[in-house]
Amino acid sequence: MSAAWIAIRLTAELAALSTASLLLAGTPLAWALARSRSRWKPLFASLVALPLVLPPSVLGFYLLLAMGPHGPIGALTQGLGLGRLPFTFAGLVVGSVLYSMPFVVQPVQQAFESIPERLLEAAATLRATALDRFFTIALPLARPGFVTACVLGFAHTVGEFGVVLMIGGNIPGETRVLSVAIYDHVEAGELPEAHMLAAGMVVFALGVLCALYAINRPARESAEQAR
Amino acid sequence: MNLVRHFTARTLTGCALFAAFAFAQAGEVTVAVAANFAGPFARIGEAFTTATGHTLKVSTASTGAFHAQIKAAAPFDVLLAADDETPRQLVAEGLAVPGSNFTYAIGKLVLWSVQPGFVDDQGAVLASSRFAHIAIANPKLAPYGAAALEALKARRLAEAMAPRIVTAETVAQAWQFVASGNAELGFVALSQVAIPGKPAVGSYWVVPANLYAPIRQDAVLLKAGENNTAAAALLDYLKGEASKATIRAWGYGL
Repeated sequence: MSAAWIAIRLTAELAALSTASLLLAGTPLAWALARSRSRWKPLFASLVALPLVLPPSVLGFYLLLAMGPHGPIGALTQGLGLGRLPFTFAGLVVGSVLYSMPFVVQPVQQAFESIPERLLEAAATLRATALDRFFTIALPLARPGFVTACVLGFAHTVGEFGVVLMIGGNIPGETRVLSVAIYDHVEAGELPEAHMLAAGMVVFALGVLCALYAINRPARESAEQAR
Repeated sequence: MNLVRHFTARTLTGCALFAAFAFAQAGEVTVAVAANFAGPFARIGEAFTTATGHTLKVSTASTGAFHAQIKAAAPFDVLLAADDETPRQLVAEGLAVPGSNFTYAIGKLVLWSVQPGFVDDQGAVLASSRFAHIAIANPKLAPYGAAALEALKARRLAEAMAPRIVTAETVAQAWQFVASGNAELGFVALSQVAIPGKPAVGSYWVVPANLYAPIRQDAVLLKAGENNTAAAALLDYLKGEASKATIRAWGYGL
């Protein structure tokens, strides 16, 4: 398999795994943020939004230190016999989950927030348990939010560069994702290879965003018609 | 009151005139410096500014990255490369002034670890299984990376080592991977660990010169700096005895 295909497959695997992890961990978090009236809510909402504001180099720098032999995450993974995370695929997944967190949590949170409280209260009077209400009312109504979260989480991880550059170590088949491969081609003056991958990325990104807007539009319009 | 104001105005005018005069004399040089030479160049640049009044704007990256940027019309006046090939190519491509390239330092490759006693004085640790990761600079972009790969090949370790090699964009990032302890070992420049007065912690092995082609580091005047007298002055200063003493103090050959 050519170097380009190895990078493409690796990038797709990283994005898929990161998005799946984020949906699992991010959905309860989004629900808690949407329903919470705690005075600590602004703090947690800010923590989730932090990767939007911080340069990837800040995230990469602290991850490299934290996951290193003297850092808290490094001590934990070594203590569990898992070795260390920098320069591994697993390390990139951890980095991507943090880096793409707001892109998954925020759309889901907004979708949960837009569900009227009275619907959930009505269900409660009909003896629906909290879990029932979550799975039969909240989740289906938040579908557009989940679609947005999946697409943005996946696409944003594909577009990740700075964090991977700092914690990845550029290992083929392990940490050399597309963005890093493109950067290396450009810097080495290998412009035809760079063009091929870069143009592919532009087409991919455009396609993904078009699909997102196409999928989410009917849902919103049908909701408006029902009102 | 009036007198004070008058006096202040005169002083300010005097200062402004003096500053304008000084600026007319002093130029500015935009310098692209290969990552391995960033440390010594900080000292040399300071001395140069003190001696001539010319100020410097310094960028550091890998030599390969600079080559790509200069081809794309980056506004650098002078390049201090980590090899002699890139300056020669730039001259051939018409992007640098012919005849202006010269060797300012000969780099030395070292195998370094932050753990004291980890690297022995024969480099035998390379053949051991005592490390999970070894950092090198990208051989396609950084001459120190290419030299590291050569040394591994000379020891017939390159293929067996491949899964443990982590590639940094520059030799500075390779240093960082080792310094943070994430890579137990790494090939870096001697100038990065033998800093005068502040040697790096750990242990290192100066790789014998017969294991890799000499890292002749050439400087060159780029087309953008052709008419910049301050750029010419910097290259002259780099050839001077004061600069040479600094360069030798950081472990380079000359």
